[in-house]
Amino acid sequence: MTAPTIAIQDATTMLGRELKHTLRFPLLLVGTILVPVVMLLLFDYILGAPISHGLGAAAHGASYVDFLVPGILVMTVAASCGPTAIQVNTDMTSGIIDRIRTMAVSRGALLAGHVGGSVVRTLLATAVLTGVALAVGFRPKASLVDWLIVAGIAAAFAIALAWVSAALGLAARSVAGANSSTLPIQFLLPFLSSTFVPADSMPVGVRWFAEHQPFTPVVESLRALLTDAPLGNNAYLALAWCAAIALVGYVWAQAGLRRRYPAS
Amino acid sequence: MLEGLTLTWGQGCSMGRMNTVINNATPAAVSVSGLRKAYGEKVVLNGVDLTIGEGEVFGLLGPNGAGKTTIVRILSTLLPADAGTVSVLGHDLGSEAGAVRSLIGVTGQFSAVDNLLTGEENLALIGRLLHVPAAERRARAAQLLERFGLVEAAKQTPATYSGGMKRRLDIAMTLMGRPQLIFLDEPTTGLDPRSRYAMWQLIRDLAAEGVTVLLTTQYLEEADQLADRIAVLDRGRIVAEGTPKQLKRRIIPGAHILLRFADAASLDAAARVLGEGSRDDNELVLRVPSDGGIRSLRDMLARLGNGVAVEDLSIHTPDLDDVFFALTGNPSKEQTQ
Repeated sequence: MTAPTIAIQDATTMLGRELKHTLRFPLLLVGTILVPVVMLLLFDYILGAPISHGLGAAAHGASYVDFLVPGILVMTVAASCGPTAIQVNTDMTSGIIDRIRTMAVSRGALLAGHVGGSVVRTLLATAVLTGVALAVGFRPKASLVDWLIVAGIAAAFAIALAWVSAALGLAARSVAGANSSTLPIQFLLPFLSSTFVPADSMPVGVRWFAEHQPFTPVVESLRALLTDAPLGNNAYLALAWCAAIALVGYVWAQAGLRRRYPAS
Repeated sequence: MLEGLTLTWGQGCSMGRMNTVINNATPAAVSVSGLRKAYGEKVVLNGVDLTIGEGEVFGLLGPNGAGKTTIVRILSTLLPADAGTVSVLGHDLGSEAGAVRSLIGVTGQFSAVDNLLTGEENLALIGRLLHVPAAERRARAAQLLERFGLVEAAKQTPATYSGGMKRRLDIAMTLMGRPQLIFLDEPTTGLDPRSRYAMWQLIRDLAAEGVTVLLTTQYLEEADQLADRIAVLDRGRIVAEGTPKQLKRRIIPGAHILLRFADAASLDAAARVLGEGSRDDNELVLRVPSDGGIRSLRDMLARLGNGVAVEDLSIHTPDLDDVFFALTGNPSKEQTQ
């Protein structure tokens, strides 16, 4: 077997392990789904009416739930950060990783399994959220191609955030710390973006931030594709952000791994 | 007495070196020289030299913090050394860590099993990472589950296992790769006596199969039972090395008989009659040096006769404390009194 074949085989083995962990410990997935569902219901049923009055042209004639759901889907992607950081941190403090490190296993496989597992969990969660959204009145105007692009952007964002979460999990000293360190990604960034309300309705400073942070182009891309509004250059911006975040997360995670394990 | 001991230990060290020379004739499984490791100011290993012959069970004996686990972590490629050369099964540890990893098996002090996978799945995971073909993987896993009495627990996660079962699964995972050299870091710490004896038997079986074993332990008895050769590690240095027999012969000064009395008068009388030993007037205890044998015990009782009432008598064979007091030249507590 060649080295790349072995590396892929090892990564697949570690991914299989991570998926089994998700099955045995479903709370990882439940938490990822529960928070966005609560947000969806809260904003749609309770805050939706007053917000939709002020929505104006930003909704392109769609109802608030149609405006909201693309943002909730992006928030679902972000909600995976907590479990991923927790899983990585738990692994680093457990004996099984020491055992694997004394075996001739390709070094990249360990984190690749976590990142792959995170992406699978995220896509599952967004599929469930889409179902819930349809049940509460979400009526997308998207073609099959649009849906495929939505899935592609969501997956790219999931991969990018998974590498950052892995790095945060490696940097944290405890499992609790690992989870807390992802909270800004899970909550602060979505609220300070166009997830719930249009960026141009925000005060000037916040608005500038919202317009220049990664969540806004990702949310705007999904919103345009799902409500049949003009896409503009949002998809390119979103993918560029994903590539940059993934790169930073990857490099940071590798550095974290080397810091924890100087020998490997 | 202490000077005599120091001399004996000097001889012990030179014998250790002779062993090294002898072992070089046949290939050594592990040879370590000048191994050093420090964490900042704290020196953990201060120039360790070791040679383990192929097929040997080598016991590394030492108290907590002596550096046993650090040695195991360095030899098993988990931790880089600051200085020194290490060769494991003919491969240099620094430049050929990958080759070393494919030949060794490690069972650490803390359980290295995946708690969310069943026993069977744990073995399968290791088999996959070792790139064992599927059919052979299943056969080997079934065989190991059988051998370690885990067939019934195979479909359960380790959360339901006892400490002994977890340790057995741990070792079964180590054996999945058919290693030529196994590191067992305090394999019986925290086990109940029954599991402990089962572990001893297992280590004997491994030795019988020709596997080289590096065993670390805090217990003299354990090293005595299992090891072909023992090295005593203290504060990052090997302070003695030899067969269990050689070591124990040097540790005999630690053996003694402890006599306890009901009152000070009896203690006085006994001390007068025996004319040796150290006394503790608060505890009403007399400590008499002895080789612990029946003859010397009968001899002592005869000298005490019926006149001196002894409330309690116990025989103390050398324990790890005695070893360390002897080896490091520190006077034991009783000698300072």
